[in-house]
Amino acid sequence: MPIRGIAYLLVRDGTPRVPYQRETNMAGKTLYDKLWDDHVVHTEDDGSCLIYIDRQLLHEVTSPQAFDGMRISGRKPWRVARNLAVADHNVPTSGRAQGIADPVSRLQVQTLENNCAEFGITEFDMADIRQGIVHVVGPEQGATLPGMTVVCGDSHTSTHGASAALAFGIGTSEVEHALATQTLVQKKAKNMLIKVNGKTGPGVTAKDIVLAIIGQIGTAGGTGYTIEFGGDAIRELSMEGRMTVCNMAIEAGARAGLIACDEKTIEFYRDRPYSPKGEDWNMAVRYWEKLHSDADAKFDKVIEFDAAAIKPQVSWGTSPEMVLPVDASIPDPTQEADPVKKQSIERALQYMGLQAGQKITDIKLDKVFIGSCTNSRIEDLRAAAAAIKGRKKAASVKQVLVVPGSGLIKQQAEAEGLDKIFIAADFEWREPGCSMCLAMNADRLEPGEHCASTSNRNFEGRQGYGGRTHLVSPAMAAAAAIAGHFVNVAEEA
Amino acid sequence: MQAFTTLTALVAPLDRANVDTDAIIPKQFLKSIRRAGFGPYLFDEWRYLDRGEPEMDCSNRPLNKDFVLNQPQYQSAQILLTRENFGCGSSREHAPWALEDYGFRAIIAPSFADIFFNNCFKNGILPIVLPAETVDRLFKELVDGYQLTIDLQAQTIATPSGETIGFSVDENRRYRLLNGLDDIALTLQHADKIKAYEAERAKRAPWLFREA
Ligand code: SF4
Repeated sequence: MPIRGIAYLLVRDGTPRVPYQRETNMAGKTLYDKLWDDHVVHTEDDGSCLIYIDRQLLHEVTSPQAFDGMRISGRKPWRVARNLAVADHNVPTSGRAQGIADPVSRLQVQTLENNCAEFGITEFDMADIRQGIVHVVGPEQGATLPGMTVVCGDSHTSTHGASAALAFGIGTSEVEHALATQTLVQKKAKNMLIKVNGKTGPGVTAKDIVLAIIGQIGTAGGTGYTIEFGGDAIRELSMEGRMTVCNMAIEAGARAGLIACDEKTIEFYRDRPYSPKGEDWNMAVRYWEKLHSDADAKFDKVIEFDAAAIKPQVSWGTSPEMVLPVDASIPDPTQEADPVKKQSIERALQYMGLQAGQKITDIKLDKVFIGSCTNSRIEDLRAAAAAIKGRKKAASVKQVLVVPGSGLIKQQAEAEGLDKIFIAADFEWREPGCSMCLAMNADRLEPGEHCASTSNRNFEGRQGYGGRTHLVSPAMAAAAAIAGHFVNVAEEA
Repeated sequence: MQAFTTLTALVAPLDRANVDTDAIIPKQFLKSIRRAGFGPYLFDEWRYLDRGEPEMDCSNRPLNKDFVLNQPQYQSAQILLTRENFGCGSSREHAPWALEDYGFRAIIAPSFADIFFNNCFKNGILPIVLPAETVDRLFKELVDGYQLTIDLQAQTIATPSGETIGFSVDENRRYRLLNGLDDIALTLQHADKIKAYEAERAKRAPWLFREA
């Protein structure tokens, strides 16, 4: 518990913030309590529960062994229509007409198609305009709705919590379990509230908010909790921004992130293909309107942040918690008292090829990636395009990839002329998929290359063997592509 | 699934915090559509000096001699001793598959990432949480040939010095692991309850049940 009992913290940029814990004993329910209680099928003696799963999303990487298990045991899906599949991790983002060049990737994508056909599951294949990153596609289609339990064999399933759905990533055994029984055995997590009070300053986006949170509470800060994000700065965010925040709840260690349902949520779901229609819609809205924590709800832990103190963020290390405001300098391991942390910093600096004391704005970039389930929605693409301001990418930057989250987002962006802005700046405009977020397809970093990336993980080798990832917002990524190094977008904005 | 009752085995120390699942099994190996055969690629980027690719023959690859699992005294280790937040990052079950395929049956750490922790139990691996001070002490005690005896029934670990350290695993998981039971079969014993839940829920939320 890194921050338990700490009443006051000085954060690294020197701005005081006051995270505190509050113990209350009142009777109200949190949003998480409500969603949980609504889905309990059965409770075991030891407190573990059989939870009903409303929606399962499937993709090609974590499903083949689950389908195999179904076949071996002769089981059929419990409710076939509750599953929706899309290939995203391995799909190429260019030259699709030629199919997938890598035979191993091709087999995995083909296996998903075959499995979906055999079990009768709807799949959006590569040729389908609705194809895209599974966590972008779910809300876009109205396939993941407020009040649902949503699972997927992918840790960033937490994204869907932005719609007041209880959504979390699961392993392949659980994918098979959910397919076969429409339930999962789960233990209830504890309740955490992260409140971001006040208004963010210029150039500060949802991505910066969530990176700043992780920088402070650490990658294990939310372990064992479901985190509800609240406060004015969260309410202010669009649905896209809220998805960015919940997407990275897992990077703070929490399997699920949540944001209360409000008018923005309801408006977002109006007329989506899988959204309820007619009288069902009215009934659903009446239910959705209750999807918020009661005023007297009890949280096990509350942490507050001051939105105005958050600056544009850049990660410098090999864990998302190794993140700093853009105007800061790389930390010095000799200043760290904790030996485990000291060693982590040393190792990270070595891997990243950075020096203690070096300014973040002096980090030179080789590549830039704008995409992933964190930041590939229309608002993200608009923000990236706006940061270009008629300029071109720096000559020192070898490649800038812009990868929309879905075919429909790509279409929308093209209708708005964003593709032309990117292409005029010498950015590459690609087909939807996970792409360089995890480099399972052909898009990847070479050893030693520094990349400004709008994705969510900066682990060693994540974007390619030896690659060096810096997590940032779309506006920061685009501005860095133009300058060839990080720039303070708060000053530009 | 392989049952876990007692285990007396060699311990390998992996002295790093926040070991993520990308490090445990790098993503290029996730392209496999099989469940077995990940052991040779466990910790691939730390274990070998070249870049691993799926289906590669690992017998002639250049080893990173400094990496703990390549040191002769830790060959055949079945217990991994490591630091906090082990298994963070991606939810890939390939991580426990690789650990299990390599031969690990138990992992001891001050804390684990939630999804990884869950996945271990589904694959016959016992993750044991001990206080950070105790883990630190085990790291210091560890000498060549250091073995621990883990008894899941009694929830104890016996050290070579004769000390007994207690740990706890929740009842349901312990029962399933002790007996190597298939989760799906156990859940399907509650099929009536699932149907009753659906009938009741369909009244509250009919829009979810309009499917063909
Ligand atoms: S975009 Fe990246 S984080 Fe998101 S689902 Fe794809 S690989 Fe995972």
